[in-house]
Amino acid sequence: MSTDFDVPKALKGTGSWLDDRFHGARGFRVLMRKVFPDHWSFMLGEIALWSFVVLLLTGTFLSLFFVPSMTDVVYHGSYVKLDGIRMSEAYASTLNISFDVRGGLLMRQIHHWAADLFMAALIIHMLRVFFTGAYRKPREVNWLIGIALFTLGLVEGLFGYSLPDDQLSGAGLRIFEGVLQGIPIIGTYVAYFLFGGPFPGNDIVPRMYIIHVLLIPGLLLALITAHLFIMFHQKHTQMPGLGNTEKNVRGQPFFPYFMAKGGAWFFFIFGALVLLATFAQINPIWLYGPYTPVAISSASQPDFYMGILEGSLRIMPAWEWNFLGHTIPFGVAIPFIVPLTIILGGAALWPFFEQWATGDKSWHNINDRPRNAPIRTATGMAAVTFYGVLWAEGANDVIADKLQIPLYTITWIARVLIFVGPAVAFIVTRRICIGLQRKDREELLHGYESGIIRQLPNGQFIEVHKPLNEEARAVIEAKKVPALMPPPGSEDANGVPVPASRGLLGRAKAVANRAFAETAVLEADGHGDGQAAEEAGEEHEAVGSSPASGPGPQPAGDAAEQEPPEGG
Amino acid sequence: MSDMEQPEGPEVPAAPHRVIGTPPPAPRLLGSTAVAEQGDAAGAAGEAGEEEEEAGVPVLHGLPPDDPRVILHAKRAERIVAACFTFAFIAGCGFIAAYVGLGVHTVDKTLRSNLALGTSLALALLSLGLGALIWVRHLMPDAEIVEERHDLRSDEKDRQEFEATFKQGTEYSQFVKRPLVRRTLMLGTLPLIAAPIVLLRDLGPLPGTSLRHTVWSPGRRLLVYGTNQPVTPAQFNSPGSMITIVPEGYTDDLDALAKATVILIKFRPGELQIPTSYAGSTLIGTMNWTVDNIVAYSKICTHVGCPVALYEETTHHILCPCHQSTFDAATGATVIFGPAPRPLPQLPMTVDSSGYLVARSDFTQPVGPSFWERG
Repeated sequence: MSTDFDVPKALKGTGSWLDDRFHGARGFRVLMRKVFPDHWSFMLGEIALWSFVVLLLTGTFLSLFFVPSMTDVVYHGSYVKLDGIRMSEAYASTLNISFDVRGGLLMRQIHHWAADLFMAALIIHMLRVFFTGAYRKPREVNWLIGIALFTLGLVEGLFGYSLPDDQLSGAGLRIFEGVLQGIPIIGTYVAYFLFGGPFPGNDIVPRMYIIHVLLIPGLLLALITAHLFIMFHQKHTQMPGLGNTEKNVRGQPFFPYFMAKGGAWFFFIFGALVLLATFAQINPIWLYGPYTPVAISSASQPDFYMGILEGSLRIMPAWEWNFLGHTIPFGVAIPFIVPLTIILGGAALWPFFEQWATGDKSWHNINDRPRNAPIRTATGMAAVTFYGVLWAEGANDVIADKLQIPLYTITWIARVLIFVGPAVAFIVTRRICIGLQRKDREELLHGYESGIIRQLPNGQFIEVHKPLNEEARAVIEAKKVPALMPPPGSEDANGVPVPASRGLLGRAKAVANRAFAETAVLEADGHGDGQAAEEAGEEHEAVGSSPASGPGPQPAGDAAEQEPPEGG
Repeated sequence: MSDMEQPEGPEVPAAPHRVIGTPPPAPRLLGSTAVAEQGDAAGAAGEAGEEEEEAGVPVLHGLPPDDPRVILHAKRAERIVAACFTFAFIAGCGFIAAYVGLGVHTVDKTLRSNLALGTSLALALLSLGLGALIWVRHLMPDAEIVEERHDLRSDEKDRQEFEATFKQGTEYSQFVKRPLVRRTLMLGTLPLIAAPIVLLRDLGPLPGTSLRHTVWSPGRRLLVYGTNQPVTPAQFNSPGSMITIVPEGYTDDLDALAKATVILIKFRPGELQIPTSYAGSTLIGTMNWTVDNIVAYSKICTHVGCPVALYEETTHHILCPCHQSTFDAATGATVIFGPAPRPLPQLPMTVDSSGYLVARSDFTQPVGPSFWERG
């Protein structure tokens, strides 16, 4: 690389001054050359990151004007429809931000949209990481940090949109308090300590405020920093492709490419959020009015990321136990605890479960294609379905209204779907993955269908198959098949039972292992799978003579004769 | 385009299509074609993108950097980038102008200000982003590099040395040898670990029995929510209607209202059939607490405490809009559907000497959501 310009003196001097004191030349050179692989799905996490930056910027602005107080005031501000109404200072100051601070409404709406985008991006980023197996060794810790970020984001969002103390968010807080009260043994104490006494009290807004603007953002910032440093240190994963190995990372250097692209991405996201905030109204608290526990509006919905908890509460039958003078409201405790525990707890345990089941303790820097890990992909889709049913049930009244289906019917459908849906999703996804693997194998063996129909001298029509190019081959061949452990009950050469057969856990492990290993369809050369190789051999011959459609040349020819113009 | 599009022949191996989850087959501008990437840029944002597409980059594959076509392409890209940044400057100035020039303080003015501020800010940000994107894609040369990954696990020697150093340090510290020091240290820190939890004690009062009681007491008048006027049975005589009631003296006390709010429903003669029911030995529901086919139930849902605000006249169903618990008002607010575990408590009611509806007593059971001590 020829570099024929002089670094400006000021820059050089500053750099030199810093290096004299901090010894950075080498480290920062490495940083500038840091490689970032290029793939659209690697930008999903960045969306969350930049949304967070936007949240910090707009949140700082809002905190300059918001008054986190529940003291009663009588409103005499610019929004005349609420003139003379009693309300908390928090609500009044939110009205002031909206109508009396220039840019205040814009900042409020950017802040709210950015929070929604932050959570949405987190969810999609986590799905990408899960379905490509990017959480595998050595990245398990970063996966766990991601789950912690998501959990904190939920609480941060709930507290954030509850701060204005409006009618809608107040109903959400009431639900939150009712749920806390239902926790066995400590519930009433937790609720009373958090709210400073009976609901709603005068303490919850200032308390949520300090948690929302200091405690959780601090934790988020620390965890995001750790997340990025670990990613940086371990280097990014890459997609399977020609020249990509477990031992390298291919891409563009941080300076200037990734820096410029990342910067551009930040501006795009910020710009898109501003567009949303300008043209798509969100959380118009002045329409809801100040909070009172006396009233409520119908079709009250929380922000989308709380939808799963709302749906869980709605789907639940009224189960409650009373014994020895105590009440356990399962109808509240189960929805609050179980679904998120299944999803977030399951996600947290999954990398370790997979390691245990596959016996795979090696490094993975090349991502899996989802089809090549059918059990993982199917489990992921089952979880998505589970989440999706609860999420949709959270809006059952809206669905009932828009689709003209009786409300109770929807709830009953959801009660069935919550069990059946994930099972069906699992089975279907697993089948699709295996089918796609078979297709990959076909293409490796015979090439792909070119769409070119050719007539042979004997009048027969065939479709020409073309071999895959190197890139496509490399992608397909990057597949790794988990090792099959010896089945339970088998013995090694010395007649000693293999560990897998010992105990319940051993047997469970063997079952899980078989599920993982057997769904990875064996490769073209069919190592160890005689039937597959045989099948493959037959098909080889078939390619030259006739397409796979028919056994005899005659009917195949007939069928093809009508097709060629379109086919070619 | 001509150099790039290789004639389709049966011999040329080609990928069937891009495999999802793989990098795009074509590398970047000065390495190969730039056409597809331009499409992306155009898709990413508005007007300038269209302009960009018009610029129509010819194929630059394999051309030396001093080829006139490459130079022309770079020149065009440079101008577009500069145009984007200039536009960002103008839009940014527009933002400041909108802030200075447009006031707020009314709904209409706020709307205008929001529109002007938001549009100018969005345009400034998006054109900065677009400019940077075109810059990186069309001006910077292709520079893919391959970095080796190094084993994250330290080599054995380092691990052993670490272990030795750690052991030596531990030995010098006497931590293992002197259990008395070790244990008393742990003992010494224990209270300090508990201290932060103890410090949280004054966050709130203990619940005590406060969840069991509301502010209703014998003789306290039922006031209509909104007007805060007392009501007589004769005034509330339209069968099938429901109104919200707040207790006299607490009309602005949200803490009190969160538990004591009541709904009042008027029935036609004979429709109201409240069975006499007990919880243990406590009477919780009876026709005796109604007045003139008017019944009062707690408005606080027994599920998680939302106000049960919807009433369907023909079926006598009370519906909670939060989680759709449904209660039959005619039979003592028994649960028909949804997650609520028990009927809405009935407020014992009578009329005072002036003929106004008043409470006979407080509710005879806790209102609102379940809690551990409820029993």
